[in-house]
Amino acid sequence: MLDLSKYESLGAALREALERWPGEICLIEADRERENCRLTYRQFKEAALPLARALQQAGFGAGDRAAIIMTNQSKWLISAYAIFYCGGVLVPLDYKLNAAEHLQLLAHSKARVLIVEYPFWRAITQSPAFGEFRARTVLVTEGPTDTDLAGAKRWEEARGTSEPEFHARSRKDWAAIVYSSGTGGRPKGCVMTHENYLEQCVALTALYPFWPGVRYLSILPTNHAIDFMVGFIGPFTCGATVVHLRTLRPEYVREAFLRYKITYVTLVPLVLKNLQKGLQARVDALPPAKRRIFYALRRLNKLLTQHKPKLWLSRRLLPQIHQAFGGELRAIIVGGAFTEPDAIRFFYDLGIIVVNAYGLSEACTGITANHADFFRADTVGKPLPGIEVRIENPDLDGIGEVCVRGKTVMSHYLDDPDLTAETIVDGWLHTGDLGRLDATGHLQLFGRKKNMIVTAEGKNIYPEDIENAFEGVPVKEYCVFAANYLWPQRTMVGEQLVIVLRPESGQQVSNSVRAELDSRNRRLLNYKRISGYVIWDEDFPRTASLKIKRGVLAEQIRARLDRSAVVPL
Amino acid sequence: MRTLEQTTEEILNLAATHFKVPREKLSADDDFFKKLGIDSLQALEMLTRLESHFGIELPDYEMQGVTDFRTLASRIQSRL
Repeated sequence: MLDLSKYESLGAALREALERWPGEICLIEADRERENCRLTYRQFKEAALPLARALQQAGFGAGDRAAIIMTNQSKWLISAYAIFYCGGVLVPLDYKLNAAEHLQLLAHSKARVLIVEYPFWRAITQSPAFGEFRARTVLVTEGPTDTDLAGAKRWEEARGTSEPEFHARSRKDWAAIVYSSGTGGRPKGCVMTHENYLEQCVALTALYPFWPGVRYLSILPTNHAIDFMVGFIGPFTCGATVVHLRTLRPEYVREAFLRYKITYVTLVPLVLKNLQKGLQARVDALPPAKRRIFYALRRLNKLLTQHKPKLWLSRRLLPQIHQAFGGELRAIIVGGAFTEPDAIRFFYDLGIIVVNAYGLSEACTGITANHADFFRADTVGKPLPGIEVRIENPDLDGIGEVCVRGKTVMSHYLDDPDLTAETIVDGWLHTGDLGRLDATGHLQLFGRKKNMIVTAEGKNIYPEDIENAFEGVPVKEYCVFAANYLWPQRTMVGEQLVIVLRPESGQQVSNSVRAELDSRNRRLLNYKRISGYVIWDEDFPRTASLKIKRGVLAEQIRARLDRSAVVPL
Repeated sequence: MRTLEQTTEEILNLAATHFKVPREKLSADDDFFKKLGIDSLQALEMLTRLESHFGIELPDYEMQGVTDFRTLASRIQSRL
């Protein structure tokens, strides 16, 4: 089992890893069929330390905050290590946000340094809100040589000339500010400590170990808590290799498995489903006789592995399937959103282990995970070592709110003591998810208590974050809800958002209102869109400061209307 | 050099063929997620087809926030 107890910080743990495996490959960056770079741990260090020095020479020091806005690529990890080396606090931002959202989170996080890919920087500088930008140092990667960078410097030229100073941090110091949501009214910046990450790394690698030679395929965004842990900290502290793929396109993902003989990958359910469809299409295309043989072998594999997976056996029985994944795949980890058991079962019957896990940014990635040796498609597994899970206020079926305690639970929400106090009570993180622990201690999830949805792409969408998009729709007032919050269902798939419209007195919701809703909806990213509207004929209950009392309104709607009241858009 | 209209037309033709939708049911302002009933990965697959047709490369993030054929056409046009 990995022992990180002697380290006080991520910077210290990573620094020693770079010294311990100088000749091992730590990072491969691929783009489509090309390989952009391949670095050993020594070369990684040689790339990162001059950057750390340059940051220090620009006045960046211990406790200062530095944001990264980049797609998955080698410079992301090099920059993150340089920030930790300086004792800085990393602010990993989602590159898929728009420029206004980036500027909002940069301001909220008070990032002093921004490291950003050129197209995102260009968008930020063109935003009307650019005047509010306050970071003192901006390093832009891959900027065209003949372009004015609006005061920024080129990342590639940011190389200090002397040895950087390593700044030690303690376990309780901040390591990162991770935004779990908050592009609307209330940014939720999870303040993670070095202890959170070190403990999470030990807990996860206890179940799914890394070692030199292991290759982890990183396709989820590295700013996401999952990939940051299993696509950076986990493999690096163990001498393994991270393969970055700069595209999510299914054909290149499939190729990457083959070319790099991937050991582990983490996927969101949408990508898993896509792989399933691809495999099924290949099987369906077989001549009838071969297809019958395939199904017979699959039945045999299912029979022989029903209690425990036997990778060596499955690889022999179904070699073409396993070769399609490179032949060395040990597990596909799925997380970020709820995965349907049928999809997990589909792969397991072929001898491919899909590990269903559950976690939250607030809990530093993983809370529970299934053990690869005991297949369970219907649960998200047992709590990881060192993490306690309890069900609060269970109903007669044992279902209640999932609460978590342990050293991986975040310190607090940045600058939001009220939200922190609501979320972490007596050391227990209230997840807002509804679940039940079965007799064997496995967690099963049944829905959400909180007003939010998670898409199959692993995106957390909070209704408050998209309400602004409907500002000006000609009704008296409106409010967006998760449909499952208004009408609880014991499911976590197919979640949708609905808008509740309160028309003016005597107003009919006309075609022009519908057209306006449709037009606003289309300006949102496809996974953020509302699926329908509900007409409500009373004024919304509000607080003294005129904020909508969402909980009260939801109760009123629930008491008088059911799902059939939703008019699809 | 193609005009934006020509590029849009070629995209509509390719999408109709790839997703087996009658060409006359697609128009430039259509939301392709809704009209074709596709998810974000299928949209990326379509992008690969378009790249090979137009002989260009578009990073995945160029599709971010693009939901209609006309905007997609202008992104492609800027790289031709």
